[in-house]
Amino acid sequence: MLHYIEQELRGQRDKNLRISIENVSRRGVLGGLLTTTGLILAIDFSPATAREVVKPYGTGGDGMPNKTVNNPKVFIAIDKDGTVTIMSHRAEMGTGVSTSLPMVVADEMEADWSKVKIVATDGDEPKYGNQDTDGSRSMRHFIQAMRQCGASMRQMLESAAAAKWGVDAALCSAKDHQVVLLDAAGKEQGKSLGFGELAEAAMALPVPAVDTLRLKSPDEFNYMGKGEIKAHDHHNITTGKAIYGADVRLPGMKYSVMARPPVLGGKVKKWDGAAALKVPGVVAVHEIEGVYENPRKYGILGGIAVVANSTYAAMKGRDALVIEWDNGSNDYDSVAYDKEMTATAAEPGKVIRKQGDADAAFKAAKQTFSADYHAAHISQAAMEPLVAVAQIKDGKCEVWAPAQSPFGAKNDVVAALKMKPEDVTLHMTLLGGAFGRKSKSDYIQEAALVSQKMGGVPILMQWTREDDLRHGFYHTVSVERVEMAFDDKGKCTAWRHRSVAPSIISTFVADSGYKFFIEQGMDHVNVPYEIANVSCEDGKVMAKTRIGWFRSVSNIPHLWATGSAVCEAALQLGKDPKDFLLELVGSDRTLNPKELGFPEDFWHYGDPIEEFPIETARLRNAINVAAEKAGWGKKLPEGEGLGICAHIAWQSYVATVVHAKIDKDGTIRVPEVHTAIDCGFGVNPERICAQVEGAAVQGMSTALYSAITFKNGAVEQSNFTDFNIARMSNYPQKVNVHIINGKPSRPAGVGEPGLPPFHAALANAVQAASKKRIRKMPMGEKIT
Amino acid sequence: MPTINVNGADKDVSDPAMPLLWYLRDELNLTGTKYGCGAGVCGACTVHVDGVAVRSCITSAAEAAGKKVTTIEGLSPDGEHPVQKAWRQVSVPQCGFCQAGQIMQAASLLTKNRAPTDAQIVEEMQGNLCRCGCYQRIHEAVRLAAGGV
Repeated sequence: MLHYIEQELRGQRDKNLRISIENVSRRGVLGGLLTTTGLILAIDFSPATAREVVKPYGTGGDGMPNKTVNNPKVFIAIDKDGTVTIMSHRAEMGTGVSTSLPMVVADEMEADWSKVKIVATDGDEPKYGNQDTDGSRSMRHFIQAMRQCGASMRQMLESAAAAKWGVDAALCSAKDHQVVLLDAAGKEQGKSLGFGELAEAAMALPVPAVDTLRLKSPDEFNYMGKGEIKAHDHHNITTGKAIYGADVRLPGMKYSVMARPPVLGGKVKKWDGAAALKVPGVVAVHEIEGVYENPRKYGILGGIAVVANSTYAAMKGRDALVIEWDNGSNDYDSVAYDKEMTATAAEPGKVIRKQGDADAAFKAAKQTFSADYHAAHISQAAMEPLVAVAQIKDGKCEVWAPAQSPFGAKNDVVAALKMKPEDVTLHMTLLGGAFGRKSKSDYIQEAALVSQKMGGVPILMQWTREDDLRHGFYHTVSVERVEMAFDDKGKCTAWRHRSVAPSIISTFVADSGYKFFIEQGMDHVNVPYEIANVSCEDGKVMAKTRIGWFRSVSNIPHLWATGSAVCEAALQLGKDPKDFLLELVGSDRTLNPKELGFPEDFWHYGDPIEEFPIETARLRNAINVAAEKAGWGKKLPEGEGLGICAHIAWQSYVATVVHAKIDKDGTIRVPEVHTAIDCGFGVNPERICAQVEGAAVQGMSTALYSAITFKNGAVEQSNFTDFNIARMSNYPQKVNVHIINGKPSRPAGVGEPGLPPFHAALANAVQAASKKRIRKMPMGEKIT
Repeated sequence: MPTINVNGADKDVSDPAMPLLWYLRDELNLTGTKYGCGAGVCGACTVHVDGVAVRSCITSAAEAAGKKVTTIEGLSPDGEHPVQKAWRQVSVPQCGFCQAGQIMQAASLLTKNRAPTDAQIVEEMQGNLCRCGCYQRIHEAVRLAAGGV
């Protein structure tokens, strides 16, 4: 996310939108001799030459800082005993990326997964390529580089074997962790060399040029698309050996917690640390200067840091601090703010997509629909509270952190400490969940700054749960108005969606009160419905807290509103909500942003739209699959109902059907969910299912339970006692995931797009079950 | 000086007021037990005291003195406790941060009730939060562990 924002700030975005597509000519795979240079070979009979030369395609990864890297010498090491070590450079926060990307490498190089070891890299983008792990794009942006990496290694191993045997490389075929010798007919000769035996010679060879690589065809995949590989870290996780941020231990390490201003913009007026210093185990108390100017970006809030021999002593010391805060002028009040946004949503806003003449269509309408949908701030609230470890020794700073953007965080530490980039190293630990919060490096900077204050002593900076909930970068709060006009046949003739929500961009640049192109591109301006007149509008509202991002970002409020409105309008028209949804999706076509009046700066999840076209047939298919699997239309008992919602996001096409059941006491329960996800190519179906299952549970939290609210400028919630998330006592019981491979060899995003449809699908199901419509998230666990 | 038997070895307690969680993590460097809330409301810090699941963040070292504490590191010498095996078989974890607590809670349940009903599983496990949303698989893994892996 930040990197997209940085592009915007540097004015580079247009360039990135026009990513050129490498014109790699198809080699004459079936036509006899190949005329390439490098390690390739000549004969068209071997299994290797039958492999497809997959034409590289452009992705947003090409426009990211430090792009992608496909060098096998960077990502792969092979020991003499045959152990293959594959580097995992993207942050592992639970998506399974540290399994899935190395699995791609292993598959393409014919490594045996049981002999693969995975090692997390440091934050070093010039070496590994972009590491900013968000935007559901690790697989989307890196599959090609990782396949090329594996294929290069495979061809290097084959060439090394060829040299040892004194034969043409075309007679050498890597298979199952060894290279076997073939005869001219492609038959195995009973001679083989293990990867370990070939490692040294293979690594000494030059890396083949990309256009000489023979990637496997899908029917040759050992692991990709199969779902049989288990996440590599589950043994460590289930035995307590996995290392998260707070599990780093260094000689002489001290523990620190900080007291931060309770109100954003506040600062320390007066303080006294004498009592804190008397707490046994407390070794030091320091004032840490905050970043007080706007925009704050990831600047630290400042406050008083207590350093101690244990986390407990540090917390006790913090309790003993006497601090007088200057809370400044921030009077953020969520109740008043909602009223302000509601009033704004009732007035015309800034038009950001204009197609046809919506005003005229509304005037001519036989009937209309209009409703406002509210959604609250959310804290990402990962189970691992923010934490980082830092030390400074001999002029070098070393950091260990659960960072979503390890290289970005490293650079932020460089700036905070005023050190040289080469003197700061950031090691990635596992992330105990992140959901966007751990993209923001404030907590990591704090660890480094306190270490610096302490003369370089290793510091573990621990945020408490209360800190985590109260000093966040919150998911936006919103009021969305959706209006539709219908002709006498009940056909939708106009669509108006006015979105009022403080923008993420206010964290980075002076707040204009309007959202920026990325937020607009998430289920707002790109609503894929076949309606003649469309007006997408942005209503002005100034941010009063630090707005950050949460899994799937603005898709959440936008789709919450439009997904609810489609169902409500269907019922108003006396139509079936699923049929009406399909009616709006309309004919099978590829959307043309220009013709449809999308804004000039339309953001397509960072990817070139020519490579990832918006195809309504895929959305229709996902809707049909989810509906069919859920038994849409089936008779349900009193108090039960189905709801549906669908969208196109992160290049995936997702439809969710939620089955709601209302208990006698009004408790909303979800006995079953069916989600169909066309993610192009499901590379690791097992982890895709896990992500989509988890999205339903997180959706339950957002829809029913979670809200951050402000009063007098301060967050009202404190812990999981008043910021609630779904528990095992009420979670979606049976989430069925249906993966559709709608674009072979071209995976799309998975981590985020499964979440947003759940909210409206649940509200729609609740209405089907109870005749009650709820237009406010969180809805509460019970309907009354 | 009071002692606690942690994973089979007697350990001295220097500060009886210190919550067991921080004693385990910061004094004994047993970092498998996680801090999630500090208020006994998320379950990430769950350990066994004399075989029963407790929230170590709200249990003082003094309360555990003279007792047997088992952490995730000590649940099984080789990580092959039926609950751990079931967790891996079902591929429960996503980020994994809450899973030590979940596993300790489930192991405690199965010690006292070898064949829990679904309602009993929910009753026992509902205090253990998972933000990634692994409940469906947690539930399945507990059933599997109860049936024998």
